[in-house]
Amino acid sequence: MTVAHAELPDFPATWRHRHLLDLESLTAEEITTLLDWSEHMAVATDFGRRKIPVLQGKTIANVFFENSTRTRNSFSLAARRLGADTVEFASSGSSVSKGETFIDTAKTIEAMGVHAVVVRHSAPGTAFLLAGHLNCSVLNAGDGPHEHPTQGLLDILTIRQCRGKIEGLTVALVGDIAHSRTARSNIWGLKKLGAHVIVCGPATLVSRQWEKFGVEVSHNLDEILPRCDVLNLLRIQFERQSTRPFPSVHEYALLYAMTAERMRRSKPDILIMAPGPINRGVEVTPEVADGPHSVILKQVTNGIFVRMAALRLLLGVSEVNGSCLA
Amino acid sequence: MLGLAETTATLIENARWIDPTQGINRVGRILIHYGAIAAIDPNDGDLPSELQRIDASGWIGAPGLIDLGAELGEPGREEDETIAAGTMAALAGGYTSIACTANTEPPIDTAAAVEFVRQKAMRSDRCRVHVIGCVSKHRQGKELAEIGSLVDAGAVAFSDAPGPIENTALLRRALEYCSMFDRPVFDHPEVKSLAEGGIMHEGLVQLVLGLAPIPAEAEDLATSRDLRLVESTGGRLHLTNISTSGSVDLMRRAKERGLKTTCGITPANFCLTDAALRSFDSNLKLQPPLRSEDHKEACIKGLQDGTIDAITSGHRPCALEKKMQELDLAPFGASTLETTLASVITYLIRPGILNWTQAIEKLSSAPARILGVEGGSLQIGKPADVVLIDPDHRWVVQPKGMLSRSKNNYFTGTELFGCARMVWVGGVRKYIAPIQN
Repeated sequence: MTVAHAELPDFPATWRHRHLLDLESLTAEEITTLLDWSEHMAVATDFGRRKIPVLQGKTIANVFFENSTRTRNSFSLAARRLGADTVEFASSGSSVSKGETFIDTAKTIEAMGVHAVVVRHSAPGTAFLLAGHLNCSVLNAGDGPHEHPTQGLLDILTIRQCRGKIEGLTVALVGDIAHSRTARSNIWGLKKLGAHVIVCGPATLVSRQWEKFGVEVSHNLDEILPRCDVLNLLRIQFERQSTRPFPSVHEYALLYAMTAERMRRSKPDILIMAPGPINRGVEVTPEVADGPHSVILKQVTNGIFVRMAALRLLLGVSEVNGSCLA
Repeated sequence: MLGLAETTATLIENARWIDPTQGINRVGRILIHYGAIAAIDPNDGDLPSELQRIDASGWIGAPGLIDLGAELGEPGREEDETIAAGTMAALAGGYTSIACTANTEPPIDTAAAVEFVRQKAMRSDRCRVHVIGCVSKHRQGKELAEIGSLVDAGAVAFSDAPGPIENTALLRRALEYCSMFDRPVFDHPEVKSLAEGGIMHEGLVQLVLGLAPIPAEAEDLATSRDLRLVESTGGRLHLTNISTSGSVDLMRRAKERGLKTTCGITPANFCLTDAALRSFDSNLKLQPPLRSEDHKEACIKGLQDGTIDAITSGHRPCALEKKMQELDLAPFGASTLETTLASVITYLIRPGILNWTQAIEKLSSAPARILGVEGGSLQIGKPADVVLIDPDHRWVVQPKGMLSRSKNNYFTGTELFGCARMVWVGGVRKYIAPIQN
């Protein structure tokens, strides 16, 4: 057993997940535990100014089969602030092009003695498959358009910090819902914590079927704007679209970009969020992105605390149940 | 080749015999002699003196099953399947004949390729193999293959499966041209531009999982187009493996109008739904895809009222290393010759959806008619292609026990009921299930 750091609370007795694969399967209590622990991490590290060595001796592998700068660095920093070592594996193409399945790649990395694998991949379900094949903890850092649980958590944490609650808020996710893992993680997390969620964007990217899950569907930003407490402006995933689902970027911006003019028609305390990287001038104009309502950089900062919390909780369970590595 | 087993008579007693073509559904005995069905319920006095008796109490006796489309991998994809292994798997599944698809490498678009498969199948000496030839040269969907030469070499049907015949003009020509030889065209109904890149049925589960969609209308529109072409050409068309309520409706109406079109379905589309894909198991990546509950229900109704003529294995074995990939990259398909009969018993017969006569009709008699080959009946004088089915045997599908070269089956780990206990092909007993009791 590890000795809990003086400034961290006791390991939550109710926490029993070794993997973090999605938010859809977590309960509201579990999501709240992750959010609370993210706050503990912020306090314990003096908001990122010092390390807490609670994962000393552990090794975390970042296995990224898809390009990423911010998420990979965020996970690396989170691991190192907890005193863990990190191994970086990045392959932009599919591992299969080198004649190795991604499962073999991950198994090879696990065999080097890692305690957790943080995996990103362009194909949905990849993290689930790895969790079935590996003995160590698996953390989904984005599996295609499916889920990106830590992004969902950091978005929700940011809202909670700014508003003090989630319940009763109206949160709109704007943009390419069809191809967005961030949207899916946000939808489940926010719904479980009692928010009213709107998905808004072109009809070719926002399915009416979301209504079946209790999500409001809109194709008209101007119509929903006055009701929104939070706007989360999702990036247009040009790389995932086989055929362009709208006529032009110019037209998209005309209909859905958050501009200064639209800000004037919003609630006075509206929060502007974006999971990044942002396409300035497409989803959001620079004056809004850099304006007083924008919490885009706060999201980035929170990302590290959320990932520290996730790593601590997942690896804590592995310890209690006996480590995967003898 | 006249083996000893063919000259020795076999009397199968106490089985419940099912033959939809003769309206037989009763307990009795059948005599196999000189490779043929020699007698049904013969008197003791008419039996040959030398005789092997088989007590089939509690079992179903039926004409051997006939499959309308199995991939046998040869030539060119031996890592997935071989003719020897595939025909062995077929026997274990109760099949006495299978039609093999043309998507080999190179594809079966020449008389030589047809000969090759037939020769290899004959040398394997297991079940019968009928060859489906390509509709188009090199299976490229542009020009007609030399269909006349292929018929001459023994091809029984024409298809560019597993893909659709996308080019409408080509399909029209194929229907016209094949009608000269009274041979059917098999089409997999799918509009490529709607289905391309898709992984699973478009619906609520797909919305949640974020996998690329294959909308139901991709199939509906192709079914509609195909039926319209049958109307104008009068050609013989079989739609391989439909999966949507739209296709079932279209087929039902076409049959009411008297169109001579048939269709099949694979077990996946009446046993499972898209919800199963929540496991992200690549063995569930199938073509046509697993559909939602409402489509599955419509297909079951179509099976019951006869709209869906045949149940096809959809046998599409994929080597383990190909399936052990991300869902996006893994190929479509499952190795199903060995589980199709059991899935029909478990999911259709036991719940009372189909009776035995309907099931044998769809697994044997109808496929024989669609292919225009012998079999599918227990008529006296016809080759004795017979299966004895133990309807109550319980077993769990495990890769270890499978005879197909590839073990990618979507029932892995599932308990099924029923299996083939013995199989005769041309009066020769080719298979005995390795079961003790």
